[in-house]
Amino acid sequence: MATTVAPPTFAPAASSPSYAGDKTGVWSWITTTDHKRIGVLYLFTSLFFFIFGGLEAAVIRAQLAAPNQSLVSAELYNQLFTMHGTTMVFLAIMPLSAAFFNFLIPLQIGARDVAFPRLNAFSYWVYLFGGIFITLPIFAGIAPNGGWFGYAPITTMQYNPGLNIDFWVLGLQILGISSLAAGFNFITTVINLRAPGMHLMRMPMFTWMSFVVQFLVVLAFPVITVALVFLQFDRFFGTNFYTLTAGADPLLWQHLFWIFGHPEVYILILPAFGLVSEVLPTFSRKPLFGYAVMVYSGILIGFLGFGVWAHHMFSVGMGPIADTVFSLTTMLIAIPTGVKIFNWMSTMWGGKLQFTTAMCFSIGLVAMFTIGGLSGVTHASPPTDLQQTDTYYVVAHFHYVLFGGSIMGIFAGIYHYFPKIFGRLMNETLGKWHFWINMIGMNLTFGPMHLSGLLGMPRRIYTYDANQGWDLFNMMSSVGTAIIILSTLIFIYNFFASLRNGPRAGRDPWGASTLEWSIPSPPPEYNFAVLPNVTSRYPLWDVTDGHDLSREHHEGHENRDDRVPTAKELGIPMPMNTFKPVMAALGLCIMIGGMTLKHVNFYAFFAVVSGGGLTLVISLYAWLTSPLEEAH
Amino acid sequence: MSATAVEPTAGAHDAHAHHHTSTGLDSRKIAIWAFIGSECMLFVSLISTYLIYKGKSRVGPYPHEVWTDPSTGHTFGAILNIPVTSFSTFVLLMSSLAMVLAHNAVVNRRVKRTTFMQRLEGNSFFWLISTAVLGIVFLMCQAYEFTSFVHEGLGLTTNLFSSSFFVLTGFHGAHVTAGVLWLCTLAAIDKKRGLREDEGLVVDMCALYWHFVDVVWIAIFVLLYLIK
Repeated sequence: MATTVAPPTFAPAASSPSYAGDKTGVWSWITTTDHKRIGVLYLFTSLFFFIFGGLEAAVIRAQLAAPNQSLVSAELYNQLFTMHGTTMVFLAIMPLSAAFFNFLIPLQIGARDVAFPRLNAFSYWVYLFGGIFITLPIFAGIAPNGGWFGYAPITTMQYNPGLNIDFWVLGLQILGISSLAAGFNFITTVINLRAPGMHLMRMPMFTWMSFVVQFLVVLAFPVITVALVFLQFDRFFGTNFYTLTAGADPLLWQHLFWIFGHPEVYILILPAFGLVSEVLPTFSRKPLFGYAVMVYSGILIGFLGFGVWAHHMFSVGMGPIADTVFSLTTMLIAIPTGVKIFNWMSTMWGGKLQFTTAMCFSIGLVAMFTIGGLSGVTHASPPTDLQQTDTYYVVAHFHYVLFGGSIMGIFAGIYHYFPKIFGRLMNETLGKWHFWINMIGMNLTFGPMHLSGLLGMPRRIYTYDANQGWDLFNMMSSVGTAIIILSTLIFIYNFFASLRNGPRAGRDPWGASTLEWSIPSPPPEYNFAVLPNVTSRYPLWDVTDGHDLSREHHEGHENRDDRVPTAKELGIPMPMNTFKPVMAALGLCIMIGGMTLKHVNFYAFFAVVSGGGLTLVISLYAWLTSPLEEAH
Repeated sequence: MSATAVEPTAGAHDAHAHHHTSTGLDSRKIAIWAFIGSECMLFVSLISTYLIYKGKSRVGPYPHEVWTDPSTGHTFGAILNIPVTSFSTFVLLMSSLAMVLAHNAVVNRRVKRTTFMQRLEGNSFFWLISTAVLGIVFLMCQAYEFTSFVHEGLGLTTNLFSSSFFVLTGFHGAHVTAGVLWLCTLAAIDKKRGLREDEGLVVDMCALYWHFVDVVWIAIFVLLYLIK
């Protein structure tokens, strides 16, 4: 289901010989180790999950459109909001960012691939299998139902005995492994595979922000791993980590979860910040204002992101000192974030602005994220937060930063990089319709939630009584959701129609400045026929002696019929296709996912878990003992 | 062409051009350090939980104090066996020494060795196996410790102390087990065809992991066993 085996269909779109190399067919996509193909797989899969999570939200909004409705039961409603959050965070926004990490980071730093191409394939397949594992239960009505932050002890066996939470605990463990593997891979790639002259302070801003995100991933995910292990052991083996009668601290889960959870917020937003930092300078025809400060503020956001977690917990009564400290650190983090907003505005100031769809979405991010950021500052103050916590005001806040921020930034990235990824341009007219309808729908959905929240409407209630002052605002939110769905349909149509019939893009349709625009669209499997030697932050803009740098040097490598030579013809060794990472990912997911059987049948549990483990170990040994490239 | 911002690098068509790295280090070395950084957060979370729950258990047995069960009148001694664990800690520390010698043997293949001691020093297989065996001895001590705790009445689910203790030290034991498998794999390769001098990195990565697991144990030994 989730594979959306669409990728092969656009293979003919590439000018020659096929997409990213001379291999074609579904099998070539399953066994690929090419970072561009893996990026495309991430893109299609995560767009599928984005739409799936959106449909869950649509049911939620249909249920809440009017008071006292009974479209869904309270139990199903719990599953819907849990899976909406889990899907959007772990299966949509993070992997949408990962699609761009995969596709762009090696191109932006002038590398031929990531540091560990097979590990990269492994990350994708673990994500796909984990996503299917955590999504399927909703069709049986046994989906996770404890909210996306799954507070223990309410998720322990005592209060939630079904399989629901087991799917969530084990699914998140699987997805965490995918993110961690990708994190090690991209940290190494950025540190070690930069082209000659690509100093850290010459790296494009998207690569920089992604680099920061990888550190957040590898440092934050182990903490939730431990929290989930405790929960799993409590549920499976009767340990006492969250058992209050044994003296357990009811806040242990909350602390561990939010030590992960708040960096996670920046894991979701920083890649989008990076994407708009590529788009805004391109369509302002100006270098990014305050490049160095943008880098430092991104690092500072990542650093401070580890010191603000307890602002999610002001209402639990941590005492005045803890509240004050976390309030202050939270307000501090508004400074580097504000710096970014002002730098984006200064980038546009005095520029020759071109309002392409990507530019519109980027400006949309600057505006919408600012609203979400400001409401965020309001609940940095504990007394105010006590009025707002667990109300729709908070829901409004994080949707302005995640939908108005991350999703807008990702849409900007899709419109901007579609020509580079697929070699064709998206339709700009439909793009503008998408943008404006999306903008109206988004504000109509989430704007009124500020008011219903301040009027006291709690989040996560499956219905409400009339005449509490919430009726109109809820109806507005539900109508807004329908408008967002309309805009998304336009996007989907535009995406697939452009994939087939969009005009050819050429190398650099936007006149952008970074290395990825110096090579053909879509890029050949080896990316760069010769590794570039970088002498500036904007290699395609900075003409040092009057030549057009991007074209001149590449034309020598192309035949007259504009055919891009294959890696073999150029003698560039590329990683071989392999099935071993897929098998390892499958074994891992069967091993971890099979643990759910513990509560069903012990023998089945034992057989499936050991079978998965054996598959994993054998595949790993086969993988590690086989060469990456063909012998040369 | 020469003064352009994008220009060919010398030897770009060379088959080994892609092995050029920005730092000059092999990528695997950077990845293993990133992995160890991540593992630090894993053990920090586990150790923190143990410390947060220290002294919070409602029933015994306790790690350092005697406890009498009020319902049965049965008295339990302090559960942690510091002499045994001191021995296993010493064994694990010595395994790190053997690990260093294994790496040294692989990267100094060309050194001429004549006496018995010199040849022993250069016997990478011996040192890899020694490291693995010392790791196994450590694991056996842990197995002895766990079973004796269970016999003394401290199971996984007994109290907060037992849950956090067994999961923390169990996770460490699982890491040691993975390390032993890694070492045995290297030893098997070394036996089969001999690890070459230019393959020092393969041993180095295993060594980094092994030393890390060792250092974590030092922290656990001090925080759990020695500090009352």
